[in-house]
Parts: sequence; C-alpha cells; structure tokens
Amino acid sequence: MLKPSDVIKLTKVKFSYASGAIFDDLSVGFPRGKVTAVMGGSGSGKTTILKLIGGQIKPNSGDVSYGGESINQFSYDQLFRFRRKLGMLFQFGALFTDLNVFDNVAFPLREQSSLPEVAIRDLVLLKLHTVGLRGASKLMPSELSGGMARRVALARAIALDPEVMLYDEPFTGLDPISTAITGDLIRRLNNALGITSIFVTHDIKASFKVADEVVLLSRGQVTARGTPQELIASQDPFVRQFVGGEVDGPVPFHVVSESIAKDLGIPVSHWLKK
Amino acid sequence: MIVKTLSSLGHAIIDSIWRLGVASSFIAKVLTRSSIVLRRPQLLVDEIHFAGVLSMVIIVVSGLFVGLVLGLQGYETLKRYGSTGAVGTLVALSLVRELGPVVSALLFASRAGSAITAEIGIMKTTEQLSAMEMMAVDPHARVISPMFWGGFISMPLLAAIFSAFGILGGYLITVVVIGVDGGAFWSQMQASVDFYHDILNGVIKSVVFGFAVSSIAVFEGYSAVPTAEGVSRAVTRTVVTSALAVLALDFVLTAFMFTGGV
Repeated sequence: MLKPSDVIKLTKVKFSYASGAIFDDLSVGFPRGKVTAVMGGSGSGKTTILKLIGGQIKPNSGDVSYGGESINQFSYDQLFRFRRKLGMLFQFGALFTDLNVFDNVAFPLREQSSLPEVAIRDLVLLKLHTVGLRGASKLMPSELSGGMARRVALARAIALDPEVMLYDEPFTGLDPISTAITGDLIRRLNNALGITSIFVTHDIKASFKVADEVVLLSRGQVTARGTPQELIASQDPFVRQFVGGEVDGPVPFHVVSESIAKDLGIPVSHWLKK
Repeated sequence: MIVKTLSSLGHAIIDSIWRLGVASSFIAKVLTRSSIVLRRPQLLVDEIHFAGVLSMVIIVVSGLFVGLVLGLQGYETLKRYGSTGAVGTLVALSLVRELGPVVSALLFASRAGSAITAEIGIMKTTEQLSAMEMMAVDPHARVISPMFWGGFISMPLLAAIFSAFGILGGYLITVVVIGVDGGAFWSQMQASVDFYHDILNGVIKSVVFGFAVSSIAVFEGYSAVPTAEGVSRAVTRTVVTSALAVLALDFVLTAFMFTGGV
C-alpha cells in the first residue's frame, strides 16, 4: 500500500497500547498535496495513525517517515522542528479556554515567530477571515458553538502555513451545515496552500465529498484504498458493509467472547439433552 | 490469604516507589526547562498572581484568626503565672517557627495547589497540552514551569503574610481588647525572637513546603487520568499528599532546626 509518490509513509508499523495491539504490520502512505481520508470502525487505529505521524507516540517497531526522514528516530529538538511544518485539528478544537479567539490564533505566531505585534494582528485577522470568523475575534471559546470552535482551531492550525494538515474527526458532533462548511474549508485550504491533508472520520458522506483518496482500516490493516468512486463501486464485502452502513457483513455484531452457555453457567449436558 | 495480602502490599510499595521516580524525573524535566521564566517574566508574574495573590484573602483571614486564638489562649495561660507581658513572645514564636509555615502551606495546598492541579488536568483532558505540543511548544516549559515557580515563590511570601497578620491578631486581642501593656508585648517579642534561629528557620520551612506543594500540584495535574473523574481524583490527591508531606517534612525540619542536635 506504499507508492513512490507518498510523502508520509508508515512502513511495517507495529504498535500496541497497554489495552492491546492496534497495528501488527501496517504499511500505508499518503501522497503529497492530496486530501486523504482514513476511515474505519471505532478502535481500528485511525487516530493512532495521526499520533504516529505527529510523533506523539512511537511505534514498537517499523518506521514512520516524512519526506524520507524517519519521524520516530527524531531527537527532541528535531521533533519540535518537524512539528513546525505540521498543523493539527483536534476532535473538539482544543482551544485554550483562558484566551479569546484572537489570542488563540495568535498563540503559535507569538510562540514560534519573532514577528511584530502589528504583523501578527494582520495575519490573525486574515486567518480568521479565511474561516469566516473575523467578526468573532473577541469572543471567548466558551461563547462559540462546536462548529465555530472547530473553525477557530483550524485558523490556529494554519497560522504558521503548515506543509501537512492532520484532522482528527473534524465532523464529529457538527450539524449538517457546519459539516459542509468544515469539509469545504478542508478542500479549499488544501487547494489554496498545496498542503498534504489527512483526516480521520466516520462520516462517509462528508469525507467522500472532500477526499481525493480514502483508506479503509480494519483490524489494524488497510482493507481497501481508492478514490471515493472506486470504493462506492467496490464489491468487497467489508467495503460494501462499511460504505453502505449495513448490519450484516464480515464485521460481526458480537465482540469475541466465551459461549453464552458458559457465561450464564448452564452445564453443557443440558444443551446435549436438548 | 497471607500470600495475597503480602503480594498486594508489595505491589503497593513498588507502585509508590515507581510513582516517586516518575514524579522526580518529571520535576527534573520542569526545572531544566525553566529558563522561560527568566526570558518571559510576564508568565511568572501571571502565575504568582494566580497562586499567590488570589490566595491572599484566605491567608490573611486565617492568619488573623489564628493570632486572635493564640493571643486569647496564651493570655489565659500566662495570667496564672503573672507574666502576661510574654504573650507577644508566645504568639510570635508559635507563628514564625511553626504555625505560619505549616498552616499557610496547608491552606496554600487547598487553595492554590488544587487550582493548579485542576487547571493542568483540564488542559490535558481537553487536549490543550497535546495541541500545544503539536504546535511545537513544549508544555513543560510554557505551562508547567511558570506554574511551579509561581507557587514556589508565592508560598514563603504567603507564610510571612500569615505570620504578620497572626501577630497583628494577637496584638489586637491582648493589647487592644484585653489591655495587656503594648510596650511589654512588643519589647519582649523583640528580645526573644531571634532573626536567624526563629525567623530564618521559619522561612526555610516555608521554602521547603513551597517546593513540595508546588511539585505535587503540577505532577498530579500532569499525570491525571484525562477524564472528569480522573481530574477530581488528582485534585484530591494533591490536597491529601501535600498535607501529609508538609506535616512529615515539618517534623523532620523541626528535629534538625530546634532540638539543638539531640
């Protein structure tokens, strides 16, 4: 599942949390300048991929690289230098609650650049204008709706003009209009800035509208990959079940467990008699 | 049964030692990334305001009442021996040696320590610390370090304010209300309270308590389980652990400072 054009590559990645293994042997790549959606059921390791790319966690084995440089081999300083090229939109925005909208967007500029305050002000207003919230610059995060908070967080994430944008569940908890606005912003930002965008989501409709390519994960493996049209046309049973949102299919309803007779304490002889 | 009990006891001990190790390495990390408080003093000023200035009301009021009670109790006891003039000495020594550092540290842990833990814990729960990391900003330097130093610097100042208001309370109740001679109150206090032996030792205690409470507060906040319940447990742990640490450290320090090497 790796191509030469991929700028971000996860090669033979093995990763597990204390609660269990997530990836056993995952290889997946993300092409430069494209919008890629990573989809899959809950617990399939979608967000873990973003954390591996951001260097927040390291694989147990295997390699995670950007432009040929191995992220998991970076020193502390190298990792922080690499992160200046990244922008990340967290699931619920993760805005700093003690700062207003303006100061939230100005935060990375003040921390990472030596620009004068006048230039920072102009840049912040431009970024807020991009997401349509220039008029909300004085509001506090507690005064924003979920969709607005997500857009402010997006303005903050693009403040330093990143090369890569990572979006963690950007559509969760949004109404249809906010979902459409967020999806449109992801697409427009990608086209305008030429960045590489990766987003993880469950939302089939929104993601198929925005993404150039979709990666479908299941049980720590890439089950399918292709353009939205290719996935819609796919005859693969898992893809059909996931895209169609069907109950019946290869993904079982029950979590793997002991037999019900054993759990209920009914002796096997009772069943044999029947 | 015995094996099980011993095993869980062993687990608890190993767990505590492991946690102490993690906390020590965390504090070492915070200390090594503290240059930011010199480069950007405004961050430190904000945290001194948060931990220190906002704790002033409870410190001033408690100090005043402790002084009032000490004055009353001291006067009633000393009256029997006809030495009510020494009440100033009693109030001052009790406060600068013991009650000032200890009670203000306990109040500081409840007011500021819990607030520091809650703020860091909530920042972790709402992914604000992760967001900062992803913006290539180190939260140890940007958030934790100023909070630690703000608490560490505030604590001795609050202890001094506590003792000062305690002495004022003692003065009010014994001299102004009861009518003990004011000259005797102040002169006996001046003659008996030694700057190095009493006041400086009290200051050293408050510095040690400041380090302990601030360390516990930032560590508990940072290591909180990122849920509402996790943060509430972390806040409780901050208050309980700080109180126990302050009382245990007070005993050790008192044994070294005031027992003449016995």
